[in-house]
Amino acid sequence: MAVTITPVDLERARKVAATVRDPEMPMLTLADLGVLRDVASVGSAVVVTITPTYSGCPAMATIRADLVVALHAAGFDDVDVRTALDPPWSTDWISADGRRALTEHGIAPPGPAHARSAGPVALTLAAPSRTTHCPLCGSADTQETSYFGSTACTALHQCRRCGEPFARVKEI
Amino acid sequence: MIDHDNAYGGLVEARDDARWAFGTGFDDPLAGVDTTLPPGVDGGALAVYCLMLADDALVASQRLAQWSTHAPELEEEVALANIGLDLLGQARLLLARAAAADASVVPALPAGSPVPPEDALAFFRGASEFRNVVLCEIANGDFADAVARLLIFSTWRLALLQRLRSSADPVLAAVAAKGANEVTYHRDYAARWVVTLAGGTDLSRRRIAAAIPRVWPYVAELFTGHPTERSLVATGVGVDTAELRPEFDKVIGTVLHAAGLPVPDIADAVGMTGRDGAHSAALDAMLAEMQDVARTHPIGRW
Repeated sequence: MAVTITPVDLERARKVAATVRDPEMPMLTLADLGVLRDVASVGSAVVVTITPTYSGCPAMATIRADLVVALHAAGFDDVDVRTALDPPWSTDWISADGRRALTEHGIAPPGPAHARSAGPVALTLAAPSRTTHCPLCGSADTQETSYFGSTACTALHQCRRCGEPFARVKEI
Repeated sequence: MIDHDNAYGGLVEARDDARWAFGTGFDDPLAGVDTTLPPGVDGGALAVYCLMLADDALVASQRLAQWSTHAPELEEEVALANIGLDLLGQARLLLARAAAADASVVPALPAGSPVPPEDALAFFRGASEFRNVVLCEIANGDFADAVARLLIFSTWRLALLQRLRSSADPVLAAVAAKGANEVTYHRDYAARWVVTLAGGTDLSRRRIAAAIPRVWPYVAELFTGHPTERSLVATGVGVDTAELRPEFDKVIGTVLHAAGLPVPDIADAVGMTGRDGAHSAALDAMLAEMQDVARTHPIGRW
C-alpha cells in the first residue's frame, strides 16, 4: 500500500468499514447501526472512529478487531480504530435501511428516542404506551414482557395475535 | 470478515487475538479519546473523584452479577445482568479516566504484567483503597432487597450523572451523558418492581416493606460529600452531592407513594464512610471472590 492514502483509497476504505457487520445484530452494518462515526486518513494510516452503543457493550473489542481485519484484507496495513464518546450513541442514528433489516429479521426497530435535556429526568412508572408492531405478523396487539433482553440494546415483547416472542431495539 | 453464522468458523479464521472468543480482547475503553486535563483541573483530585464514581458502579455491578442463576425468573436475571453490564461499562471508562488523569493511583504490578490500568485498579486494590459508598457493597438479600437498593442507587446516580453531563472535564461529561441514558432505564425498572411487589401478594408486599428500611441507613452517606468531591465543585468538574437530595426525595417519594409504602425515618449507619475507604466486612468478602483469579495470575493474559 502506498505511503500516503489518496482520496480514492480513502473512499474505498470508507466503503469497506461501512460494510463491516455488528457482531450481535449481524443483519446491520456498522454504518446502518450508526456506530461508525468517521473514516479518515492521517499520513499512511486509515483512522476509523466508532462509538459504543452502551457503556458496557461487549461487542466493542470485536467490532474493533473486525474493522482491522476487513481493512487489512482490503490492503490497508496501517489501521487505527478510535473511540468517540461524545455525543452518546442514539437509536435515532439507525438508518432507514437498518430499520428495514431489523424488521426483516424479526426484530422491532426503535421509535424516536426521548429528548435529552439538562434538568431532572422524568420517572416512568407505567410501561410506555407506544405501539410496537409485531415484526413477524404485523399486528399492533403486542406487549412488552421484559424491559431488558438478550443484548444491552433490546427489550423483549410478545405478540398477542401470533403468539411469537420478539425483541425490540429500545430507544436510547 | 468473521463468519457470524458459524461460531467455530468465526473463531478459527480469526487472525487477531482480540477475536479468540466473543467479548474478550479488553482493550483501552478510552482508545483515541483526548484525555488531556482541562486548564486549572487538578489531575490528582480528578483521578480520586473518578475512582469514587467508578467504584460505586463496579461494586454495584458485581453485586448484580451475583444474581446470575439466583433471580426469581429468567427475565429478571437477564435484566439484573444487563444493568450490571451497563454499570461495569461505566466503571471501565471511569477507571481508565482516573488512570489517565493521574497514573500514580494505579497499583504497581510485577514486571512483564500485561494487566491494563483499569484492571490493575479493579483487581489489585484492597478494600480500604475502594472509594465506593457503602450502599453498593452490602450483601445481596432477597429480590426485594435488590430492587430497593437499585431504586436508591439509580435515583441518586441518575441525578448525579445528569449534572455531570456539563462537567468541565469533557471525558467525564461524555461518560456521564452516556451513563445517564442507561441509568434512566435502571431506575424505571427498579421503581416499577417496587410498586409491583407492594401491590402483589401479602408476601411480596411484606418483603418490599421490609427491604426499604433495610437499605435506608445507607442513604445519608450518598449526600454527605467528601472533601475531594467538594474541592472539584469550584472548578466545575464535580457536583456537590448535597444538592441532589431534593430531587432524590421527590423521586423516592413518588415511587413509595405509588407503592403505598412510608418513607422511612431511620438513623444512618454510623461510622462508615466508604469514600474514605472505611467499609463493611461485606466488601472484603466480595473482593476476595472478585479479585481471586487476577491476583493468582498477575502476569496472566486473557
